[in-house]
Amino acid sequence: MSKAVLMQGNWACVEGALYAGMRFYSGYPITPSTEIAELSAQKLPLYGGKFIQMEDEISGIAAAIGASISGTKSMTATSGPGFSLKQENIGYAAMTEVPLVIVNVMRVGPSTGLPTASSQADIMQARFGSHGDYPIIAVSPNSVTETFTLTVRAFNLAEKYRTPVMFLTDETIGHAREPIVLPKPGELPIYDRVQPADGEEYMPFRVEPGEIVPRMPAYGRGFRYNMSGLFHTETGFPSNSPENAQAQIDRMFAKIYDNVDDIVTYEEFELDDAELVFVTYGSTSRSVIPAIKSLRKQGYKVGMFRAITLWPSPAKQIEALAERVKHIVVAEMNRGQYLQEVARLVKGKVPVTHIGRANSEILLPSEIEALAKEVLS
Amino acid sequence: MRSSQLVEKYFRTKNLPHIWCPGCSLGIATRSLVVAIDELGLDKNKTVIVSGIGCSSRAVGYLDFNTIHTTHGRALAFATGVKLANPELHVIVISGDGDASAIGGNHLIHAARRNIDLTLLIFNNNIYGMTGGQFSPTTPHAALGTTAPFGVVEQPFDLVKLAEGAGATYVARGTAFHVNPLVKYYKNAIEHKGFSMVETICICPTYYGRQNKSGTAVQMMHWLKDSFVLNTAYDKMPEEKRQGKHVYGEFVKKDLPEYVEEYVGIIERLKGEEDA
Amino acid sequence: MKREDLQLLQKREWCKGCGICVAFCPTKVLIIDTDDKVTIANEDACIKCRQCEQRCPDYAIFLEEASDV
Repeated sequence: MSKAVLMQGNWACVEGALYAGMRFYSGYPITPSTEIAELSAQKLPLYGGKFIQMEDEISGIAAAIGASISGTKSMTATSGPGFSLKQENIGYAAMTEVPLVIVNVMRVGPSTGLPTASSQADIMQARFGSHGDYPIIAVSPNSVTETFTLTVRAFNLAEKYRTPVMFLTDETIGHAREPIVLPKPGELPIYDRVQPADGEEYMPFRVEPGEIVPRMPAYGRGFRYNMSGLFHTETGFPSNSPENAQAQIDRMFAKIYDNVDDIVTYEEFELDDAELVFVTYGSTSRSVIPAIKSLRKQGYKVGMFRAITLWPSPAKQIEALAERVKHIVVAEMNRGQYLQEVARLVKGKVPVTHIGRANSEILLPSEIEALAKEVLS
Repeated sequence: MRSSQLVEKYFRTKNLPHIWCPGCSLGIATRSLVVAIDELGLDKNKTVIVSGIGCSSRAVGYLDFNTIHTTHGRALAFATGVKLANPELHVIVISGDGDASAIGGNHLIHAARRNIDLTLLIFNNNIYGMTGGQFSPTTPHAALGTTAPFGVVEQPFDLVKLAEGAGATYVARGTAFHVNPLVKYYKNAIEHKGFSMVETICICPTYYGRQNKSGTAVQMMHWLKDSFVLNTAYDKMPEEKRQGKHVYGEFVKKDLPEYVEEYVGIIERLKGEEDA
Repeated sequence: MKREDLQLLQKREWCKGCGICVAFCPTKVLIIDTDDKVTIANEDACIKCRQCEQRCPDYAIFLEEASDV
């Protein structure tokens, strides 16, 4: 049995990234994500990897995309204002289908907000923050241990689906210190992007039969192709054709939405006979669980559905909940962001209530418990 | 009929002719780069050309290398990641005056300060061409742009002094007329270990020339020929002859520790400590 | 390659008729024709200096061994 070590969430994120094969990190210091940069700076050269502190948030993500194009698993981390600054290049990575993990240790906004305080208010920005229509994957952990395993998964998803993956943690989880037993090498699966074989006839943005995304050779291997944020054909070269643009964007959406069952993960807690279900995610679930335990002791039939993958949303599961429970309460640290997605899926079949705020104070189990009683009465 | 052997070897001829206007000198600068690469014998498979957004940045679509057409102003930042992640690659950045010194100005000064082994070629046509002729940071004072209908109020950047001041270890300026020295500067820049910047003075007959009554492409090329003087010759010219003259030439050539080598040195040192 | 083996060649469909090659040809070999494209009008005068090739923005004129084309 391996020994547990005490570690904060931000460190576990770096350990998970290294486990997944991250060998490049670029970013800009910003609270409360800075420990991720610091530990990456310390550890990466020991793995033969590279860390670079860039001049701003924009170059922080740009360099990481460049490194990924050259064949290296890459990550950048930021918070609030930095996440806003990175949006244009998130769209670039989506358009060019470059694997990348973008960590956002969410803090209170808008603007500089409350710099060292926790929040979950970048949920919609993670989905829709860059201009244009594009799909995205976003995941959110609720513990230090899950920060490790989910970071590994974020890299795997990025590589498998050739997409930027948003890792939405928050100040609470990022700075929480919890014991963690680090997985041994080989214990968790690691996925590497599919590359063409040497000398293979290669069409840069064509999906080979039976595969999900186009193969992606590292730059320098001999496949001289073009990456562009312009709409491009299978050749990688720009095209203004509306038919081509439609086909490419349809393919990009399909690679995510045709594989939702593979991408989406979630946790169910006390759901079997639940009449009221809390839909929540990330650190807020840590307040929901004790509230449910307390309510159960008092005879209330309550449960929790925790989305681990936020985007694409667990649509099928939330739609199914709406068929069998009497109330849904969305609990999150904002004024109602994931609420919009849940309400969209529930389609008015059952009442959807929201509990949340965005002033840095985490939701207390007692408040959640009180709301449940009010809803059920 | 095929094109020249040089073009067949280094260009994606399927994508030609290019989108640039008649008389636009971006094609001259792009060809000059290819001549430099050919003379240096760089491996196409190990050469990455990165660009941003704008007329000049469209060059990468025509060049048969590993190419990345990135976001506006960010080419150097993408290139930094490419180079640091895989130091065996030759990484060349093609940028314009707006791309490199306005929206991307921060990356320019920091790449120079870092002395990372990248070659930045700024094709400076003194205007935003792609968007139709707005003034850029290098449009001369009082010249016209569509967003400076009464003349530019600001003073322009001197890109050579900017790069030098920021710490670039190789800095040169050439023109699209003086092709032989231009090719030499490109070669020296690519061979230089550290951050190198070559500004290429280009002409934009369509969007700069028409507004500013600079004449035809031919007349603008004559202006390059007549008004640009090699720096070593300029230094010897009497003051009265310097009026209206601009300089080209090599301005900075120095050795300083290069970023990637320094970083790889740290990796090796740590490995040594581990092994010991 | 010997200079005398070189021949002035064209990729005519790429020419955009800017006239730069015509203007800077030291021996006035080239003209812009009625189709707004470059034409080799006085080949005998060509001294094979490559100034046209170096400054053609469109890669439409070049010097090479004719047999290769």
